[in-house]
Amino acid sequence: MSEYCLLCHRRYAQRMSWRHLLMLKQTDVLCHECRCSFVLIAGDLCECCGRPFDRVDESYRQGELCIDCVRWKHDSTWSGVLTKNRSVYVYDAFMKEVIARWKFRGDYALVEAFRTDMCREFFRHFPRNSILVPIPLSSARLYERGFNQAKALAELLGLPILDALERFDSAKQSKKSRHERLETDRVFHLRSDVSLPAGASFVLIDDIYTTGTTVHHAAKVLRHAGAVDISSFTLARS
Amino acid sequence: MPSNRTSVISPQKHPHVSSSELLAFLAGKRFLLDELPFPPELIQSHYEHGYLSYQEGIVRTEHGYQCMRCGNRQVHLFASFMCARCGKMCTYCRQCIAMGRVSECTPLVISAFPIESTVYEQPLVWNGALSKGQRQAAEAVTRAIENNEEWLVWAVCGAGKTEVLFPGINRALELGKRVCIATPRTDVVLELAPRLQQAFPSVPVIALYGGSEDRSKQAPLVIATTHQLLRFYRAFDTMIIDEVDAFPYSVEPMLQYATEQARRETASLIYLTATPHQSWQQEIKRGRRKAITIPARYHGYPLPIPSFEWCGNWRKKVKRGTLPANVYAWIRKRIQTGKQAFLFVPHIELLQRVVSILKPFDHRIEGVHAEDDERKEKVRAFRKGEIPLLVTTTILERGVTVPNIDVAVLGAEDDIFTEGALVQIAGRVGRSAHYPNGDIRFFHYGKTRAMVQARRQIIRMNKEATERGLLKSP
Ligand SMILES: [Zn+2]
Ligand SMILES: [Zn+2]
Ligand SMILES: [Zn+2]
Ligand SMILES: [Zn+2]
Repeated sequence: MSEYCLLCHRRYAQRMSWRHLLMLKQTDVLCHECRCSFVLIAGDLCECCGRPFDRVDESYRQGELCIDCVRWKHDSTWSGVLTKNRSVYVYDAFMKEVIARWKFRGDYALVEAFRTDMCREFFRHFPRNSILVPIPLSSARLYERGFNQAKALAELLGLPILDALERFDSAKQSKKSRHERLETDRVFHLRSDVSLPAGASFVLIDDIYTTGTTVHHAAKVLRHAGAVDISSFTLARS
Repeated sequence: MPSNRTSVISPQKHPHVSSSELLAFLAGKRFLLDELPFPPELIQSHYEHGYLSYQEGIVRTEHGYQCMRCGNRQVHLFASFMCARCGKMCTYCRQCIAMGRVSECTPLVISAFPIESTVYEQPLVWNGALSKGQRQAAEAVTRAIENNEEWLVWAVCGAGKTEVLFPGINRALELGKRVCIATPRTDVVLELAPRLQQAFPSVPVIALYGGSEDRSKQAPLVIATTHQLLRFYRAFDTMIIDEVDAFPYSVEPMLQYATEQARRETASLIYLTATPHQSWQQEIKRGRRKAITIPARYHGYPLPIPSFEWCGNWRKKVKRGTLPANVYAWIRKRIQTGKQAFLFVPHIELLQRVVSILKPFDHRIEGVHAEDDERKEKVRAFRKGEIPLLVTTTILERGVTVPNIDVAVLGAEDDIFTEGALVQIAGRVGRSAHYPNGDIRFFHYGKTRAMVQARRQIIRMNKEATERGLLKSP
């Protein structure tokens, strides 16, 4: 059977084995070469943020944590806000290009290339009764892109999605007084029509984890609203 | 001196429009609404006055969709998503996504006015001389441009086809016609642009390729890669398609569409090639396609003719870490006499094997392929004579010319070596007037039609050159 690779558009022969047929396993939407270019995060990880230790210098490590996480933990504003983060792929040059084409150029269909790895990795780290909270875009960004990449990723997982968060409108934000601004100097707020189910495990979904600032801000809003267990799961991390 | 010529429907008749920056931006182009760096109210008011119009970006067809920007109709290159803009399932084109997303809810914007043209008086400043063969072709091109016709120039490797265009481009500019040269490769754009600018110093020339800076500008003389052509709409009166056979097969339908969209309906169309496809050769033979050949090289010596040599099951030998004896002998002789050579092999995997077989023989031997990061350095080293033998894949067959070399193909029977590819490979030899000869050897494990046709084509060109009196008398 031959198909067109979702990424490079070349025709390729799908690798069909008895295992595929017997288990009705989904065949890959990518050719072998493209698939091999995705690097999964594996090995020894920071307990908290899921950073792979073998890709950073030893000096970044303190016990089972990386120094960024040690810093978050020592900051009283942020300590304990986020249970943990896990990510699927290494954010390397290849991944950067793929995400750029998907998110900035707007090639929505590429989300299918992430499905299998996203699902497998998610359920390795998070319970089946998790509630997914995608990181939102501003309305201007959403209009520009036509879709929210975090929501598209969340939709791959087949779990309940709660659009709990909204971004502050930066235009409105700048009209506020300094006092008001300090008061609300946050990126997100809880949507007025949303209440969080008590005792649930929430997993924030985003495309890239860089410094962790975005997910920490989002987690804090959920925490204020009464959530206790908040983690995050991203497609890639640097 | 350039002077403006007024078209039938002209912005000059709408004085408040003639100064419109938006219309100037749109002249001869077609953009997505998002791509226009103007406020939405301004665009809307232009639309309401009828100064610009919207076209659907994605059109439903009998069997699916068509992208109006790139012409894509392939089912697997469309996708749909729940669109936050239009609130519906929205289909978009994946083929031209690198230029921004064309979807069902994103219209393409065009100006309602035809692009203005400029007349130049004798803009060509060039002291070079054309060979007799070039001159005859140049006259045909000039006539085709004057009469808005479609012509093919079939010029052998080393005929000097760029200069053949000069008189025709000159005539086009004198007539106020806008000219575009489209080519498959960025390096050709980069090489040609300065040569054209030098030949036409008073004419603005722009070079367009992925990442070029001239993108938003307009000029009467444009040289562009296929993808860049997609932004133009009814812009050119003369379209020249260089190396028409070199466009990757997958790009062909898009190139054809881009050409149709970028030119005015009446524009002349000039194709340049050294190796037309069989179907075109048949059309020429039957008189169904207007064509002129330049069968002789610029230097006036005949084309060296390839010889065939059977080398047995060379793949098996390569697997075992050796080469057929006659191939070895050929290489040894080149290295002993210090004559540089190319050795073509069908695939990258073979290339690496063959290089490792040859390295112990002479450590300076190198291999290079299309995706090689050190490609430029290796080609440069070869030109400098630091590499005696360069093993390569068919990708290098164009563009690289080195004065005094021999060429061999290992496995000339492979499908990748089409008639055109083999003619191009043979065309690397004897390019310099000081060394017009050289050895071309097709080592094979079973002669193919492509090999026979390539050889026949070369012999036929030499014969025609003799008959037309284009060769140096011996
Ligand atoms: Zn692929
Ligand atoms: Zn960490
Ligand atoms: Zn398209
Ligand atoms: Zn839409």
